Amino acid sequence: MKEIRIHARAGQGAITTASLLGFSYFNEGKYPYAFPNFGAARMGAPMNAFVRVDDRPVRLRSQIYEPDYVIIVDPTLMRGFNCFSGLQSDGIAIINGREDLELPKLKASQKVFVVNANDIALRNIGRPLGNTALIGAFAAATGELKLDNLIEVVGNRFSGKAQEGNIKSVREGFEFVKNNLKG
Amino acid sequence: MKEFLEGSHAIAEIVKACRPGVVSAYPITPQTHIVEDLAQMVANGELKSEFVNVESEHSAASVVLGGSAAGVRVYTATSSQGLFYMQEVVFNIAGMRLPVVMTCANRAISAPINIWNDQQDSISLRDAGWIQIYAEDNQEAVDFHLLAYRLAEDKRVMLPVMVCMDGFILTHGMETVDIPEQEKVDKFLPPYSPLYKLDPAEPISMGLLADPDYYMETRFAIQETMKESLGYLSEISSEFNGVFGRDYKDLLVEEYQTKDAEKVIVAMGSVCGTIKEAVDQQRAKGKKVGLLRIISFRPFPYARIYEVLKDVPRVAVLDKAVSLGGYAPLSVDVKAALYGKKKGPKVVSSFVAGLGGRDITLESINEVFRRLTAKEVSSDFIDLKPELLKEEYGR
Repeated sequence: MKEIRIHARAGQGAITTASLLGFSYFNEGKYPYAFPNFGAARMGAPMNAFVRVDDRPVRLRSQIYEPDYVIIVDPTLMRGFNCFSGLQSDGIAIINGREDLELPKLKASQKVFVVNANDIALRNIGRPLGNTALIGAFAAATGELKLDNLIEVVGNRFSGKAQEGNIKSVREGFEFVKNNLKG
Repeated sequence: MKEFLEGSHAIAEIVKACRPGVVSAYPITPQTHIVEDLAQMVANGELKSEFVNVESEHSAASVVLGGSAAGVRVYTATSSQGLFYMQEVVFNIAGMRLPVVMTCANRAISAPINIWNDQQDSISLRDAGWIQIYAEDNQEAVDFHLLAYRLAEDKRVMLPVMVCMDGFILTHGMETVDIPEQEKVDKFLPPYSPLYKLDPAEPISMGLLADPDYYMETRFAIQETMKESLGYLSEISSEFNGVFGRDYKDLLVEEYQTKDAEKVIVAMGSVCGTIKEAVDQQRAKGKKVGLLRIISFRPFPYARIYEVLKDVPRVAVLDKAVSLGGYAPLSVDVKAALYGKKKGPKVVSSFVAGLGGRDITLESINEVFRRLTAKEVSSDFIDLKPELLKEEYGR
């Protein structure tokens, strides 16, 4: 079983991110359970979305406290809250942020990828919605999902110009991390 | 076909397949997505149904009451305050023996206002004369709607059915669901043919005054039908399995590792998935624990519960609702099922968890097993925060 925790603000598309990841796992024959947890029910309030995935239907219905992977859609959330809480010792974090983003000290065995997903999104979609770049980055960083599958899922989710832009964003997110891993 | 769907969307899909002639609902979190999707389906022409926009839940319930009385299959859905606003109509629907099917997306009750999940809403309406069944996952939530229509419209039953699914956890949870094919649905659920209906060509009156000479028999009749429905649930479930290949056994309870269990938790709804995980983990360590999941809360399967629990030394009943000033509601019924029998558990303790969306974790369930000792406890709250309980009076 793998567990993913997404940190975002309401309105930033975390549920879409969770569902896109869920669809991608589903396509690869897994049983994902993607679900949100709202704080205050208003735009801008901190919220989480989660994906728990297994080879058989997921029965566990609690939130995720010890994730294998963390995706931080909005780095300003790191100011007041420990987004890395419970992250597995071999866990991976993908953060939407600029290169100079200040990071807390993590275990040497934990990996962090800072991806300027907003920049990627602005260039390709015209809006700072970095979710699709982040799932591309997630696939490259974790090896959990195939790029072609992600592109298919994103292609099904969007249409017209948004489709084209989001597919480009997935690719760029993926490539960014892949190049980063090559060092 | 297996799909990856949000619970609410899956419900809208199965409701569409059931072909209701009238749909009426007022949006309330966490039920909203279900009726948004249905409204869209009607607007798109995918579902040929009268979608009646209303200004409140009271009206939504009244519209489906009227639709059903006119001989049409109807559907509504609500949550929490919405269900309470429907309440007088909810009792009327049962009293008039109308086979309405409603989804209750379970949510906590105000005040304080809280949009998150517990089961206080539907449980508070347990005495209304509706059959209530509780889903553990979204596949069940889907299948239970089909079963609900069959049961409600069965001439031997003619009672409304409420399908209860945990708000957010299921309604907003996306998972793999097999949506039954239309041909199979049509085979399992033929068009509704009412015994009586409001028809200007053959006028009748429904829902009239019943004075003291008549009222009690109406209630007795529902009570008898409820008891008989225990058997009909099993019968329809077996037919469902024949068509769709999913076996919900008697549709009353599910036994999970109860055979040789020394400790068993009794619970309803999605938390049972979490409990099954906890049971598997404890079994791996050699602990003899199990789960008895209640599917049908009304009618309550007293005899089946006794049969499962009679040789279990310790039982914990886990409620996601309270009866303030009394014992927790599910625990009362479970204790009643065991009372006065020769055999039975030495300890039946009652626990309350998950109110207002407080997360129920594996650790919460392990804590229930830990507190299930030789000393019986009642309405013992799990995962309370002591720091929030310091009292201050005035200044």
